[in-house]
Amino acid sequence: MKLKQLSVFLENCPGHLSRVCEVLAEAGINIVTMTLADTSEFGILRLIIRDWSRAKAVMEAAGFAVNLTEVMAIEVADESGGLEKILKIAEAGGLSVEYMYAFACKAKKNALIVIRFENPDRACAVMKESGIGVLSATEFYTEA
Amino acid sequence: METTIHPESIPDYTEPGELRILQLQRLRATVQRCYDHVALFRQRMDERGLKPADIQTLDDVAKLPFTQKTDLRDTYPYGLFAVPMKDVVRLHASSGTTGKPIVVGYTKDDLDVWSSVMLRSFVATGMHAGDVLQNAYGYGLFTGGLGAHYGAERLGATVIPISGGNTERQILVMKDFGVTALCCTPSYFIHLIEQVNAGGVRFEDLGVKIGIFGAEPWTEAMRQYIQRESGIKAFDIYGLSEIIGPGVGIECSEQNGLHIFEDHFLMEIVNPETDEVLPDGGEGELVITTLTKQAFPMIRYRTHDITSIIPEHCACGRTIRRIRRIRSRCDDMMIIRGVNLFPSQIEAALLSVEGTVPHYQILLTRKGGLDQIEVRVEVTQAMFSDRIREVESMQKKLAHAIEHVTGLRVPVRLVEPNAIARSEGKAKRVIDQRSKGEEIQ
Repeated sequence: MKLKQLSVFLENCPGHLSRVCEVLAEAGINIVTMTLADTSEFGILRLIIRDWSRAKAVMEAAGFAVNLTEVMAIEVADESGGLEKILKIAEAGGLSVEYMYAFACKAKKNALIVIRFENPDRACAVMKESGIGVLSATEFYTEA
Repeated sequence: METTIHPESIPDYTEPGELRILQLQRLRATVQRCYDHVALFRQRMDERGLKPADIQTLDDVAKLPFTQKTDLRDTYPYGLFAVPMKDVVRLHASSGTTGKPIVVGYTKDDLDVWSSVMLRSFVATGMHAGDVLQNAYGYGLFTGGLGAHYGAERLGATVIPISGGNTERQILVMKDFGVTALCCTPSYFIHLIEQVNAGGVRFEDLGVKIGIFGAEPWTEAMRQYIQRESGIKAFDIYGLSEIIGPGVGIECSEQNGLHIFEDHFLMEIVNPETDEVLPDGGEGELVITTLTKQAFPMIRYRTHDITSIIPEHCACGRTIRRIRRIRSRCDDMMIIRGVNLFPSQIEAALLSVEGTVPHYQILLTRKGGLDQIEVRVEVTQAMFSDRIREVESMQKKLAHAIEHVTGLRVPVRLVEPNAIARSEGKAKRVIDQRSKGEEIQ
C-alpha cells in the first residue's frame, strides 16, 4: 500500500538537477513522477521510481545523498471536492500531511496523489478503513 | 608503562635532573656553534652584548634572540647553515606556498638523530619491528615521507614507500600487503576510510591497527571520529621542517598530549604578544631550540603553534614532558567581527553534531567592507531527510554548535557529498577570498 520514494539532496545551483537526470538516464531508469522542493540554498528532489533500489544505488554511486521514505498513492476523483474528501478523512483520523504532489494518469479518469503522511502506517490503516482507493505499488506502476 | 623499553627509547625515561644537565650542556654547545658559524645569530647576540658564555643555566635561554620564519626567508637559501656545504648530505624544503621555499639541511649526524626520534615516535605508538608501515606521507622535498621512512626502517618495520596520492593503489596495498600501520595527514585518512567503505569493505576488517597522523592540526573530535569509523588507534605526531621534520613530539598509548623529545629539542612557551616565557601549564606559542642539530640549528624558533606544557607526569612512564595537542597555528587564526576564530573550533563544533562527517570548508569573503564567513558542510545520508524542515533543523543544529563553541553566529551551508575537494596532503580548510576584487593590480 505504501510506495517507496527517493529524496535527493541538491544544492540550489544550475546544472545539479540535470546531473541527477543524466545519471538515471544513463542507467536506463525512468522516473514515474517527481517533485522538487526548494529553499534559497538547497533543494530536495523527490522521486517515484519503479526500480527504486537500483536507482538509489546508481545515484549513491554517483555521489548523491539519497534518502528512502514511504509515501502513499491515492486515487482521487478528478472532480470538484475530490481532494477535499480525502483530506477530511485524514483530518478526522488525526493524520498530518507533510507534503503532497499530484499528477494526471493516462489510463484512468482519476487523478493520482502522492501524499507523505507523518505516520505512513497509521495513514494506510485510516484510509483503508474509510474505503479510499489507496494504490498498491503494482497498481500504481501499472496505472501510472 | 610499557613492559620492555626499546633500547633507543631509553632517553624518553631520563630522570628530569639528569635531563636538564644534558640539555644545558647541549644548549651551550649549540649557542657557541651558532655564534661561531651563523652571521645573523652572531650579529643579534652582539647587538645585545651577549656572549655564548653568558648562557649559564637553562633559564638563560630567555636572553637569546628569537628566530622568526622571516629570518629563514631573508637568509634564503643557506644563510642559517652552521656547517660547510660539504658536510650537508640532505636538503629539504617547505612547500613554499608564499614566495620562496624555506631550505633546511642535514649532516649525517642530523639524519641519524632524525631517524632516532622517529623510531622513538613509532615505539611510543606501540609499533614494533614486525609492523608493516604504509607510508603515505609525500616523498620529496617535504620532510614527512623520508622522515617517517628512515625512522620505521631503523625500527625494523617493513616500510612501503607509497608516498601520497593514488587512492586506489593505497587501498589495494592496504588490503593485500598486510599493512598494520599507516601514516598520512588525518584528512587524507578520512578520505581513505570513505573510499574503502565505498568499495564495500569495512575498514576494521583490514589489518591496520595504528595510524600516525600529522602535518596539519586536527582535533580530539576528529580522532574520535577516525577511531570509531576505522577501528584503528590514531596518534598525533608533531614536527616542522625548520626544527627537523616529523618526530619533534608524539602521543603515547595514553593519547593525552604529545611527548617532546627534550634531549634534542628544548621547548618554551611564550606569550605571543609580550614574548614573556610562561610557566608550565600556561597557554602560548611554542618556541623550540634545537640541542643537537649540526647543519641547521635553530635558536628559539617561533613555531606559531599554540599549546601549553602539561606539568603532570604521564601514566606511560615517560619522563620527557608533554605538550597539549596543537590547538591551532597562530597563522590559521581568523579574526571575524573582532572575535578570534580557529578552524579547529569549527571542526570540533561540527563533529559534536551526530551524523556529520569531517568534510567542511570555511569561506571568507568581504561584503561592503565587512568580513563574511560561511561554513560549508557536506550532507550525509544520516543528516538528510525528505523533509525540508528536518534538513533546515540540521543546518540550525550545526550553526548552534558553532555558536556554542565560538560565540559567533556563522551561517552554515549544506553542500552535496564530495562537493569539497579531497586533499591527498594537507587539507585546505579555509578559502579566503577577502582580498578578491578589493585589490586591483
